[in-house]
Amino acid sequence: MEKELRLMKGNEAVAEAAIRAGTDGYFGYPITPQSEILEYLMDARPFDRTGMIVLQAESEVAAINMVYGGAGCGKKVMTSSSSPGISLKQEGISYIAGAELPCLIVNVARGGPGLGTIQPAQSDYFQAVKGGGHGDYHLIVLAPASVQEMADFVELGFELAFKYRNPVMILSDGAIGQMMEKVWLGPQKERSKSVPEWAVTGKSPNRERNIITSLDLDPNAQEEFVRKLVAKYKKIRETEVRYEEFQCEDAEYLFVAYGTSARVCQKSVQLAREKGIKAGLLRPITLFPFPSDRIKEIARRVKGILSVEMSAGQMVEDVRLAVCGQVTVKHFGRMGGIIPTPDEVVENLKSEILGG
Amino acid sequence: MAEITGIKEIIKNENLAYKRTSLMTDNTLSYCPGCGHGTVHRILAEIIEEEGLQSDTIGVSPVGCSVLLYNFIDIDWQEAAHGRAPAVATAIKRLLPEKFVFTYQGDGDLAAIGTAETIHACNRGENILIIFINNGIYGMTGGQMAPTTLPGMKSSTSPFGRDVKTMGNPLKMTDIVATLPGTYYVTRQSVHTPANVRKAKKAVRKAVQYQKLNSGTCFIEIVSNCPSGWKMTPVQSNQWMEENMLPYYPLGDLKTPEETQKKQTKNLDEND
Repeated sequence: MEKELRLMKGNEAVAEAAIRAGTDGYFGYPITPQSEILEYLMDARPFDRTGMIVLQAESEVAAINMVYGGAGCGKKVMTSSSSPGISLKQEGISYIAGAELPCLIVNVARGGPGLGTIQPAQSDYFQAVKGGGHGDYHLIVLAPASVQEMADFVELGFELAFKYRNPVMILSDGAIGQMMEKVWLGPQKERSKSVPEWAVTGKSPNRERNIITSLDLDPNAQEEFVRKLVAKYKKIRETEVRYEEFQCEDAEYLFVAYGTSARVCQKSVQLAREKGIKAGLLRPITLFPFPSDRIKEIARRVKGILSVEMSAGQMVEDVRLAVCGQVTVKHFGRMGGIIPTPDEVVENLKSEILGG
Repeated sequence: MAEITGIKEIIKNENLAYKRTSLMTDNTLSYCPGCGHGTVHRILAEIIEEEGLQSDTIGVSPVGCSVLLYNFIDIDWQEAAHGRAPAVATAIKRLLPEKFVFTYQGDGDLAAIGTAETIHACNRGENILIIFINNGIYGMTGGQMAPTTLPGMKSSTSPFGRDVKTMGNPLKMTDIVATLPGTYYVTRQSVHTPANVRKAKKAVRKAVQYQKLNSGTCFIEIVSNCPSGWKMTPVQSNQWMEENMLPYYPLGDLKTPEETQKKQTKNLDEND
């Protein structure tokens, strides 16, 4: 089967890509603005196409624990939700990280805190990249900026999850989840028949029993385990950084933005250049690991950096850590479900960095 | 030396009237003297061994006194978060439908923090076995009030006895799940006398056999004791259990396939 061109919503693209990637199980609970993922999966009947399990759980809490159970069996399993639902899943995500299980979690984020709004936001950045639940752990976080990337990151996400035995999050937002674009979908893959050696599948006589747990009551053993996790995250930081640059070669001013904000900033670069301001854009594709080294390099040759986010200022902290005081770093954000316009981004660049 | 020789003589295979099942590991049990958990573990291990299911069984252990259960029975295990075992088991069974999947949970785990997961797994009729140890107290955390603590019963968070007006009534989860169409076999047992141990073992065997039919959830409550939490000797605790717990949580089957069938036939007859 060849690649197929379709016009789809971001949410639908995630669902179809999940089926085609040979996902074994999806467990979810409805929440706006990502309910199309579960709806699409139920409608597409992947249980008939590939044998994939699709289950509407009684809660986000149950759904993430189903993911834990499926992942413990060595299966390719995933869930999706939006901000309040992702908060509910945090305990389970911590257990999954603590048991070193691979899985994919999609957050089609909306504005908060609390029930907030159903409009798009990027205010779950801290929760996604700093751990989110209790304990010393990180997710690998992928930030799609198009419907195409919503689809592509499903397979990439599973690949990274299994490579590092670590949960992976696709941090999207309501705009990318809801908007329609053309998307190239890959051919249908078969569900994997291989069973990882650590998977719980029933103890056969030729091996020791497998136990999936995150519990170790011996402080020394627990510390040793956390050190192992730290070493894993170090390797991920060294190996898996992904980003995209747009007109950075001769840039004097740099926007740093991901997802929907990066799309806005791409236009802002063009508008700024029309006004004679040499702007460029760095778009982190992985938010963990963060492209700190590259931002640090660019910071040496630009006059100022504007971190543009649909939040009150979260990623800007990581930009500042990377820049380490070499150059001015400012934040511009809209909140509450509002997407900034390219013009107001340029205006902000002028007022905050160029000094009016 | 003479003593040791004596023990060696006694544990010779031909002299053994009672033997530890090969599925119990060498790890020392983490339970207080007189606790019912060890007996239920043994029953489970014996049934899995006798039914030849070691390589086809996946257990899901809880948070509570039996959190380390995965150390004691030689099968594959997943350790669930507090209350979430039925959700974890749901996915395991859906993804590996040929396996025997069971959860083992205490009253706090199953009937308080995990109420939703318990009811919904049973309501979907997941083809798993849920083993529910009800001793009316949070043992591991030091004897706090549980959802199943009896009215007037003292615990560290109901030091003057459970006042149902402010603390609610004991929750009969087994009675609740028996009303759900998704459950196939629901029974309440105990392990405080040899006769009850035999009955409980029979119930576990039935459940293990029923789950092969893929006809719904099997649910076994074991009313048990907690000598440490109840601040009693093992003997006193068994006596107290019989006099106080069993009248509130009467032993016996709450739902059997035979009874369900009879009811269905009766309904059909009435409709004719």
